[in-house]
Amino acid sequence: MGSSTVLIAIAGLAVLGYFIGRQRAVSSASRVPVRTFHSLPGYYGGYVALWSVLPALLMFALWSAIEPFILRVQVLESLPAELQTLPAEQLGLIYNDIRNLVEGNVVSNTLDEGVRAAAERYAALRDTGRSILIATILVVGIAGLGLAFRRIRPAFRARISVERTIERLLIAASLVAILTTLGIFVSVLFESLRFFQQVSPFEFLFGLNWSPQTAIRADQVGSSGAFGAVPLFTGTLLISGIAMLVAVPVGLMAAIYLAEYAAARVRTYAKPMLEILAGIPTVVYGYFAALTVGPILRRVGEGLGLSVSSESALGAGLVMGIMIIPFVSSLSDDVINAVPQALRDGSYGLGATRSETIRRVILPAALPGIVGAVLLAVSRAIGETMIVVMAAGLAANLTANPFEAVTTVTVQIVTVLVGDQEFDSPRTLVAFALGLVLFIVTLILNIVALRVVRRYREQYE
Amino acid sequence: MNSPAPRSLKDVVARGLKRRYRNEQTFRLLGMSALAAGLAFLAFFFYTLIGNGYTAFQQTRFLLDVELDEDTIDPEETRAGEVLARANYLGLVREALGGLFPDVTARGDLRALYALLSPGAALELRERVLADPALIGTTQRIWVLADDDIDMVVKGHIERDLEESDRRITDRQLQWLDSLEAEHRVELRFNRYFFTAGASSDPELAGIWSATVGSFFMLLVTLALSFPLGVATAIYLEEFAPRNRWTDLIEVNINNLAAVPSIVFGLLGLALFINVFGLPRSAPLVGGLVLSLMTLPVIIIASRAALTAVPPSIREAALGVGASKMQMVLHHVLPLAMPGMLTGTIIGMARALGESAPLLMIGMVAFIVDVPSSPLDPASALPVQVFLWADSPERAFVERTSAAIIVLLVFLLLMNATAILLRKRFERRF
Repeated sequence: MGSSTVLIAIAGLAVLGYFIGRQRAVSSASRVPVRTFHSLPGYYGGYVALWSVLPALLMFALWSAIEPFILRVQVLESLPAELQTLPAEQLGLIYNDIRNLVEGNVVSNTLDEGVRAAAERYAALRDTGRSILIATILVVGIAGLGLAFRRIRPAFRARISVERTIERLLIAASLVAILTTLGIFVSVLFESLRFFQQVSPFEFLFGLNWSPQTAIRADQVGSSGAFGAVPLFTGTLLISGIAMLVAVPVGLMAAIYLAEYAAARVRTYAKPMLEILAGIPTVVYGYFAALTVGPILRRVGEGLGLSVSSESALGAGLVMGIMIIPFVSSLSDDVINAVPQALRDGSYGLGATRSETIRRVILPAALPGIVGAVLLAVSRAIGETMIVVMAAGLAANLTANPFEAVTTVTVQIVTVLVGDQEFDSPRTLVAFALGLVLFIVTLILNIVALRVVRRYREQYE
Repeated sequence: MNSPAPRSLKDVVARGLKRRYRNEQTFRLLGMSALAAGLAFLAFFFYTLIGNGYTAFQQTRFLLDVELDEDTIDPEETRAGEVLARANYLGLVREALGGLFPDVTARGDLRALYALLSPGAALELRERVLADPALIGTTQRIWVLADDDIDMVVKGHIERDLEESDRRITDRQLQWLDSLEAEHRVELRFNRYFFTAGASSDPELAGIWSATVGSFFMLLVTLALSFPLGVATAIYLEEFAPRNRWTDLIEVNINNLAAVPSIVFGLLGLALFINVFGLPRSAPLVGGLVLSLMTLPVIIIASRAALTAVPPSIREAALGVGASKMQMVLHHVLPLAMPGMLTGTIIGMARALGESAPLLMIGMVAFIVDVPSSPLDPASALPVQVFLWADSPERAFVERTSAAIIVLLVFLLLMNATAILLRKRFERRF
């Protein structure tokens, strides 16, 4: 729509700026000796292009950021007085209706005249805003272009200026990583705080009862909703625990075999094949857990006289473990290979067999790295979503029995947030509180793991 | 029994030797079986997937002689598109099927008979007539689409010897099907809907095309954002950044972002992009934004590795002939590092293509029939389509889920193969 036209216009300005800047440098070179120029002609062009684009882009970004707020204030002010006195949430709904109306979407309920008028005002305001924006951007762009153009002289250090700008842009790009982390933390924290205003953090972290359905009517049964997340934590731990029981022995032994025993030919084929497991999308594992492994486990359970739920923690955990095998094995492979050959030779020289060398020398030496790998694997297991959404249960169940269905933190985040939601009820906000817990736990695990791995690596370098 | 005291070290060693060799063998076997278990699962996995999925590429059709009756389609001979589009094609197809079974007359029986046909049969006939109105008045021999339950019976996914009450097909319908088969009027033909259609509640009309387009738009947004940002960050950190607390902080952040669970990125997308910035729900644009934040660390880490691999001699030579630092990086180091960066990018994109958890958060689980035409239209994505179909109860969706997974895996395979090829072909070892 409007935005892409604006961006194309800005890009056109850049191309124009480059060529006339370059042209000016080249043509003035016919008058003064070339060696008096500080930079190559392209840099003069680049200088003009940067000046015509960057201010305009900045304007555009600024406008895009504040436009929604301005529109909202203006439109809500234009609403009839009786609508304006409504509580903030209902006002928000009406505002959504207005926006949907303008965009031609289906509107939730019948609308009165005031809202229709507001919608028209919204559209009008938006269009005026857009026109003003385009005009301003063009003016700013052309002004920048003109200013930069006038500065072109042989003695002007265009290259220095261009390079400095590029370096600043590089710095800005590298700040995105920090901004993302900050963005995650702030947005999740902010919504969590709104949740904790309504439910005490103590109840959330230590409560044993989880039933987040708040009722539509206040007098309905179970309308209060209980937000004790302990059953979710235990469910997550149970499934991740099963996954680690599968992944750590298999992954570690596979890594040992590949690193210490396997012939080079086996290694070149088996290692990438094992890593295919890591490249399979998690939704595929989820499908597999739900439709293949779940029924098999139930049948086996029936054969043994056990009652295995079709959404048992065992099924989800097993498949998750398989998913993590290549993760554990490739990380352990790295650390095992990093153990200096001298340690092995020393052990063999004393007459130890290969397995004795591995168990008594290599594994102890590689232990910190392996611990780091396992910690990383645990953090991956805790945060894994699709497998558990598809193969684990929905009902919170405080149990340690792997044959029963349990639910996890990630499953609850998904169930709470998928579909329509209102952003003021604890029922929805609890997802952010759970997300915050997840984020903090995985962050700590990662920091510890990376630190352990790094310290260990330095030891042998 | 008192054993004689060991006389020498040699004896001690010799006595333990057998046991130690046995342990050695066991340990080795254990390692081998661990590796074998991993590979066996991989094989089992592909076996069930392909076994479940390959049938979805075909679907059952009936050969019917459909009389394109002028009085039904266009009684006033206007041949106007509007009239042709609204005609009762379903009736025509049903008539053709009913004609084969003249003894079926009771209302309930007729309804059961007509249930053999898919609603898509009428749509196809309409398309045909609209494309060529000259067909009106003739009788055409065409392969019309069968209902998904019939399809499942023909493919053997619904067992015939089940109790009648346990299957979705009655004995009567099975008889009709058998008599049609006896007349060679039943055939498995290529399932074009699977590749051209969007979501549908009729499995025989459901396809992956709209989800594929949604995924494509999403990857486009992801690539446009994460590649430049990732490469720029890598260049800054590797070539320009001073070693100080700030750059350390950036590094730690990148490493941590690489391990943050994907669902948390979904929460960010929901809270920030949708609630604060007011971007539309279900749009590939938002999906692409979220995925590019996830892909960024992957690209940065790969790009930095590619930059480190460029030997210092290249840099020194460039500086030696008078290039500025920026010229050295942009003209010499970057081109040499580019293949490695592209490889990392493709791998990151492949990961983004398979990701679905954050997309559930930002509303991409919608039921999307139409093919999105821009990154702002509501869309689904390939893995999300897999998720949705896996949840559907119809048996026909099971094979479609597997088939969609096969398509997804083929895409991933192609991307990874490109990455490997790129590395083999262009990466220079110094």
